[in-house]
Amino acid sequence: MSLLEIKNLHATVAGREILKGIDLSINAGEVHAIMGPNGSGKSTLAQVLAGRDLYQVTAGEVTYDGKDLLEMSPEDRAREGVFMAFQYPVEIPGVSNLYFLKGGLNAIRKHQGLPDLDAMDFLALVKEKMALMEMDQSLLNRAVNTGFSGGEKKRNEIFQMAVLEPKLAILDETDSGLDIDALKIVANGVNALRNPARAMIVVTHYQRLLNYIVPDFVHVLAEGRIVKSGGKELALELEESGYADMVETA
Amino acid sequence: MIDRIREEARQRFAELGYPTTHDEEWRFTSVAPIARTNFEPSGAGPRPAAGSQPAHISKLSEASVEPYLARYASYQNNAFVALNTANFEDGLFIHIPRGAVIEEPIEIVIQSSANGHPTVSHPRILIVAEPGSQATIIEKYEGVASSPYFTNSVTELIAGDNAVIDHYKLQTESDRAFHVATLQVQLGRDTNFRSHSLSFGGALVRNDVTAVLSEGSECTLNGLYLVNGGQHIDNHTTIDHAKPHAASHELYKGILDGKSSAVFNGKILVRKDAQKTDAKQTNKNLVLSEESVINTKPELQIHADDVRCTHGATIGQLDAEGIFYLQSRGIGRVEARNLLIVAFARDIVDRIKVAPLRDRLEMLLLEKLHGSRN
Repeated sequence: MSLLEIKNLHATVAGREILKGIDLSINAGEVHAIMGPNGSGKSTLAQVLAGRDLYQVTAGEVTYDGKDLLEMSPEDRAREGVFMAFQYPVEIPGVSNLYFLKGGLNAIRKHQGLPDLDAMDFLALVKEKMALMEMDQSLLNRAVNTGFSGGEKKRNEIFQMAVLEPKLAILDETDSGLDIDALKIVANGVNALRNPARAMIVVTHYQRLLNYIVPDFVHVLAEGRIVKSGGKELALELEESGYADMVETA
Repeated sequence: MIDRIREEARQRFAELGYPTTHDEEWRFTSVAPIARTNFEPSGAGPRPAAGSQPAHISKLSEASVEPYLARYASYQNNAFVALNTANFEDGLFIHIPRGAVIEEPIEIVIQSSANGHPTVSHPRILIVAEPGSQATIIEKYEGVASSPYFTNSVTELIAGDNAVIDHYKLQTESDRAFHVATLQVQLGRDTNFRSHSLSFGGALVRNDVTAVLSEGSECTLNGLYLVNGGQHIDNHTTIDHAKPHAASHELYKGILDGKSSAVFNGKILVRKDAQKTDAKQTNKNLVLSEESVINTKPELQIHADDVRCTHGATIGQLDAEGIFYLQSRGIGRVEARNLLIVAFARDIVDRIKVAPLRDRLEMLLLEKLHGSRN
């Protein structure tokens, strides 16, 4: 049985249909890239999977780890191992990065029947993962994403993912706006987290990221539907011919 | 002397009567429920908290306070000050000697109760900080009551040149309380004064904070109010830049839930001589319910031409994206909301230098938020 099974998923925002019947099956251990032009519904798909209530699911079903994902609250999805790296990470003044992450991790551990991580173990874990993301430890005591540069915000997302160790990670345009050095750091962080038990959905507009995070499958999303699926070579094909051809032939 | 002042105040109150909403200063706050209640004196007065610094505290009746008492808080213009001045039983005099640096906070408690019949008290505090002194004073207003009660307090604070004074007022009255409090502050040259007004309790609350600045004074007014249910709170502040080269920073933050209402009126007066004044005023409100009402108004009167005065007021709601972000990391919805609400108050909380008070404030915030949900 696949880890994530999306069937005929339709979703609207403010009455406008964005997703028009998505079918997608993802197994543990796989990395799927979802590519497509702006406005094709890539980010909507990511947000619907994470449970953002801005979007209404009007048809279809999503089964995650044998459970009905769409019935679950956003926090329960996170506790069950779903993680989305935000395209635009939210600034939360007044809440420190450390406090925020500890709150999340312990909520997830509680759900798994594990005790809270004590302060020392938590700090050790956090330091290890920060080193992986080449992040300055001073960011821990700063308010969540507040005053962070674009690159720092994106690295902070992958850092959170490394700490929370999800079963299904959804990366929503984590590469946008990154210079090549930051992109490599982010990609290294993601690659370090690849393992047979974990699946990843990498949503991107640019083929460049996929040179560093090599996907098992590539799907092209256009106007709310997956119009083409293939192996990693599909990304290169897109790089050559652009989205226009693919969208038209669909 | 005191008797003469009391008599004058009594006469003045008879002339003034309770203010009505026709009075501009009381436009959004009706004290009719106070005016129509027959209160009996409760005798509740300010007393030093256990373990506080009694060395610096005496009773007003046992100290020579004539040069100061009732000379700053005007009973001529303010009915509640007149009422207090006419009726206070005995108050406290806090005297910080010249050059003294008092490390431990001086803590005063005003504990009210009313069971069976409505009661009133008129707590009176006089604080004189001699030049070059440094101290922290905490006033705590508390109450346990099954009947309505009225606390009408007046604190006069006179800080000599170069004194450094932190004043905290933590108000956690019961939900049966009418609470009217006047803090009148006179600052000498180069003083550094910080006021922190923290309001949680009371059915009907009015705080008046007035500070008169001298040359080189630095005055910070911080405020936090959290109201829910049918609570009403009115914060009126006045910063009087009477002399040049003084700075004032004012930040009041409010959190409103239920059918509560709040008023913020921040007056900044820059007199003709007060060149190089630097005044900044901010009032931010977080509204959690569609049924709560906030009236916020800056009132700037600037008579000097070489000054910097800024003011701003905001009224906002919780950030839905922020809540979702926290949820997406496993934090439950209610906890996410509370986290964001506490985060809103964070800068006021962090400005509190007395650690036990800061902890208490965080606890009060969380307790009241949980109460609001249930």
